Amino acid sequence: MRQFLVHDTRDNVGVAVVDIEAGQGVAGASLDNGQRLQVTACEAIPLGHKLALKDLKVGDTVIKYGEDIGKVVANIRVGEHVHVHNLKTKRW
Amino acid sequence: MVKKPKIMGYRRQNGRVGIRNHVIILPVDDISNAACEAVARVIQGVLPLPHAYGRLQFGEDLELFFRTMIGTGANPNVAAAIVIGIEPGWTGRIVDGIASTGKPVAGFSIERHGDLKTIEEVSRKALEYLQGASELAREECSLEEVYLSAKCGESDTTTGLASCPTVGQVVDWLVGWGGTASFGETSELTGAEHTVKKRAATPEVGEAFMKVWNEYNDFINQCKTNDLSESQPTKGNIRGGLTTIEEKAMGNIQKIGHTQYVGVLKPAEAPSGKGLWFMDTSSAAAEAVTLWAASGAVLHVFPTGQGNIVGNPIEPVIKISGNPKTCTSMSEHIDVNVSAMLTGDMTLEQAGGELLNMMVRTCNGRLTAAEALGHREFVMTKLYRSA
Repeated sequence: MRQFLVHDTRDNVGVAVVDIEAGQGVAGASLDNGQRLQVTACEAIPLGHKLALKDLKVGDTVIKYGEDIGKVVANIRVGEHVHVHNLKTKRW
Repeated sequence: MVKKPKIMGYRRQNGRVGIRNHVIILPVDDISNAACEAVARVIQGVLPLPHAYGRLQFGEDLELFFRTMIGTGANPNVAAAIVIGIEPGWTGRIVDGIASTGKPVAGFSIERHGDLKTIEEVSRKALEYLQGASELAREECSLEEVYLSAKCGESDTTTGLASCPTVGQVVDWLVGWGGTASFGETSELTGAEHTVKKRAATPEVGEAFMKVWNEYNDFINQCKTNDLSESQPTKGNIRGGLTTIEEKAMGNIQKIGHTQYVGVLKPAEAPSGKGLWFMDTSSAAAEAVTLWAASGAVLHVFPTGQGNIVGNPIEPVIKISGNPKTCTSMSEHIDVNVSAMLTGDMTLEQAGGELLNMMVRTCNGRLTAAEALGHREFVMTKLYRSA
């Protein structure tokens, strides 16, 4: 059973593939090489939403698909929900 | 290796293969919609395509208008077309464009006749065309003769994980068999534009893509009043977990699999050969699918995460979703459920096989969810204000 997926081993976020509860220890897999990961979710993460795989500071770049998908605008701890409240586009 | 499937389609006068057999009543302009819709109430089974434009357009916007009108009538899913306009000049230009494919087409204009006489004359012609079309038989064709378009909508993170890669698998197979496919959504490739540039078959094609993308991006920057955080990504995208346009773009381009694109098309422009083509389109679903149908595409594959319900009157739209909640709560809209990819219970090749099978069934006549639910969104792209 896996609760989250990671597109690329370089990614610092994963995607919940089930609804994850606060405090839940969750298992994930990386799609490029099958590597297994373990994280404890600090808060509820709905299916399809992202969780941090490491601590991230304001100004850091969030990596998904091995690519830059935006900048951190509020500090993020491992296991936290990553979304519009702490991640912004670098475009537009 | 997956075997190249056969389908039962309609081979048109110009050799192109269609999978539907519509007789369309096409208004040239907004004020001819009423007559088109009246004919469709008299002659049961013809398809009116009302729209909002066609008056006082000029320049490149007018060229796009004619390309869309003529291309829609010329689409191989159309057996015959009737064009109704307020005056005979533009009406005739559209009729001539459609006639060049060898398809039955007739034009009528309302000025100097009025609605009622026009409706009667058109109804008699529509009856003749409809009965003629009803006697056309499907014949064996090859799936790679079906020009496929691909665009996603109401995306979420499951689109990038499951439904878009599934479409990418099918695009790889179809183009590998010598088929034709097209993708687009210019603004929605923002953040992945350099990745897309590298996927061009030649450096010249990559530069042509970047020129189109830069122009669209400049246009957005000129017109925007905020950071576009409610338009791209959409509120639906955000609700589904997508946060930025860069993230959305990376999910989007999974739809082209590993295939390189061979050329860049203007909106509604027909590909001049086989292979995968990039078309400059908006990312709004109904507008984009209408442009592809006008370019001659006869089947559309549409990955959705949160549940975009779009359809098109002449080009069947197959919905693929990898979001298990959407596949349950909106099951009537989803043709192919690939949510088992999230849990590891379905491989990419299995998902591609499921979609390929649904494409064959749809080509053979199975109604898509959008067709059965009456989704016939015909939305013309307008570039700027009329004169």
